Amino acid sequence: MIFDLKIREERCKGCGLCVYFCPKKVLDLSNKRNSHGYKVVFPKNPEKCNLCGICYIVCPDIVFVKDEK
Amino acid sequence: MPKVFTHPKSLKNTLFHYCPGCGHSIVHRLLCEVIDELNIQDKCLGISSIGCAVFLYFYIDVDIIEAPHGRACAAATGAKRATPDLIVFTYQGDGDFAAIGLGESLHAALRGEKITVIMINNTLYGMTGGQMSPTTVPGQITTTTPEGRDPDIFGSPIKSAEILASFDGVAFSGRVTLNTPKRILETKKAIKKAFLAQIYNLGFGFVEVLSPCPVNWKMTPVESMKYIDELTKTFPIGIFKDKVSEFLKNEKRK
Amino acid sequence: MKNKKILAKGVEAIAFGALEANCKCYFGYPITPQNEIPEIMAQELPKRGGIFLQAESELSAINMVLGAVATGKRAMVSSSSPGISLMCETFSYLAGLELPAVIVNVMRGGPGLGGIEVSQGDYFQAVKGGGHGDYHFLILAPYNAQEAYELTAKAFELAEKYRNPVMILSDAILGQMKEPLILKKLKIKEYPKDDWALTGAKGRPARFIRSLFLNSQELRDHNLRLQKKYRAMQKDIKYENQVDKEDEIIVVAFGSMARICKEACQNLKNKGYPVGFFRPITLFPYPAKPIQKLIKNSGKKLKFLVSEFNCGQMVEDVKISVEGKAEVISLPYPPSIIPFPEDIEKRIKKCLRSSHIQKV
Repeated sequence: MIFDLKIREERCKGCGLCVYFCPKKVLDLSNKRNSHGYKVVFPKNPEKCNLCGICYIVCPDIVFVKDEK
Repeated sequence: MPKVFTHPKSLKNTLFHYCPGCGHSIVHRLLCEVIDELNIQDKCLGISSIGCAVFLYFYIDVDIIEAPHGRACAAATGAKRATPDLIVFTYQGDGDFAAIGLGESLHAALRGEKITVIMINNTLYGMTGGQMSPTTVPGQITTTTPEGRDPDIFGSPIKSAEILASFDGVAFSGRVTLNTPKRILETKKAIKKAFLAQIYNLGFGFVEVLSPCPVNWKMTPVESMKYIDELTKTFPIGIFKDKVSEFLKNEKRK
Repeated sequence: MKNKKILAKGVEAIAFGALEANCKCYFGYPITPQNEIPEIMAQELPKRGGIFLQAESELSAINMVLGAVATGKRAMVSSSSPGISLMCETFSYLAGLELPAVIVNVMRGGPGLGGIEVSQGDYFQAVKGGGHGDYHFLILAPYNAQEAYELTAKAFELAEKYRNPVMILSDAILGQMKEPLILKKLKIKEYPKDDWALTGAKGRPARFIRSLFLNSQELRDHNLRLQKKYRAMQKDIKYENQVDKEDEIIVVAFGSMARICKEACQNLKNKGYPVGFFRPITLFPYPAKPIQKLIKNSGKKLKFLVSEFNCGQMVEDVKISVEGKAEVISLPYPPSIIPFPEDIEKRIKKCLRSSHIQKV
């Protein structure tokens, strides 16, 4: 499996809930800030992702969406 | 398997103004998922209220009317009685529903109005900076209970979901929360049932969502989620009345 | 009930007027002296496929009206002074949301619990606004059962025309006395609502109705639009004018007091006194221009004697209207002692004597 998702960085508020709840510890907050000043999330360990959906479920801002290729 | 990784159709693209880790934004998404799944976007009338979610109409893409503070349940009553084809829901905080609006809220439930009410309980007045609300728990520090809420002086919190469950006119009443993925999915189920109570004409549908408020609780979003476990000691999670499931079971048998 | 002539109380006339205008929803709460209105609506609306609901308070009732009207249905609430006070916050909302609600106030003595008899003490509250902010209701003041019937029906049309709340300002004695009433078939226009009513976003984008404008420019623009609307309401000013060119004193009164004053003026005029009578029917917009026209046409230094069942409220609007070009005298009757026409006649004669104007 791979972290096959799009992160909508402008929506991210760096709340950290996805980082905390991800069962595979795929995610972390980066040092990159979006235009609102929030540290955005990024897939630190993308290969561990099994697309369980928990990050989407806990994210208050619908940051994680399917990557429309 | 819940539909994940899609931006719900009935949720506008507007960036949420809510604080990082706020429960409102999670519930907005769940509400829109339910509206989409029940296919009622063009039948809904939302009643927005006063609180952090005063801008409901910037997010939920359905017809919405603003009601004065506390009066959403009365406005919903008028709208539903005047135009019963509409699926009418209110979206209120604990202050709006259970403080200034308690009279209107309880009477709408007593009358068994066929409306759906979502009450976001963050145990204080969020928008105005974190004052005590009717759901502040004993010992909780707020800006108007700086020493912690003393029940001898300020009374004890109200348990809305349990009270409403005792009314004949209420078809669904439950308290849910958002501090685990499983509980978030149960919140969605409860919201759906509260809408089905209206759609199947069974009665008043009520969901009390125990919701994190990191900024006013003076915690991080993750700490807030953990603190909710403390709050469930005062506000137990559970479905206190469910005529919808009974109804669905009977329908299945037929 | 077509063109039937009945003996009816003023409050009954109001209820029948609402029904005649196809009012589909009534939300109310019992309060003396207007309980006949919810009782008639409870009986009649279900028969006509309408909705009657007795709310748990006036506060709840006015908000039910808000919800019903938002979905495009004709809705009404009725109450009396203390109940109207409870509704004031929502009045401000209704105006800011631009919703066409119809509100009936059958005034009673105040302040506080006051009394249950005649009063016109809510003039300021109605006309200047009991709620906060710069807003106005269109205010109609009937003075008999026939007007109560016709103006209440018309209120629904005007509310929709301007997308603004309209208030019928009546009082305890008009409400409770019985008079002949002809239940005429009235031509009440229905205005289209598809461009604003919240009917479910089928076949159109979802819309919202709100009164919150945090952006200062937006709020200013909203207020300017509302003010423009209130000026446009001038087209629907109503009044009764029984003033002749030779008149030296003009008695101004509305509602129940107007009946007493009208008789007093007619009695004196029949005896040759130069007394005219002017009765505003719309209290907002106030018939200021017609009053200014009276002054202009007269060419004399006129006296306006303003009588009302309160401690002097409408007299201020008469003072504003005359723009300093006439004398304005207040003849207040604090609720609820009712004068006889002779009492008014005495006062009129006194005013005439005091300016040495001779009987013509």
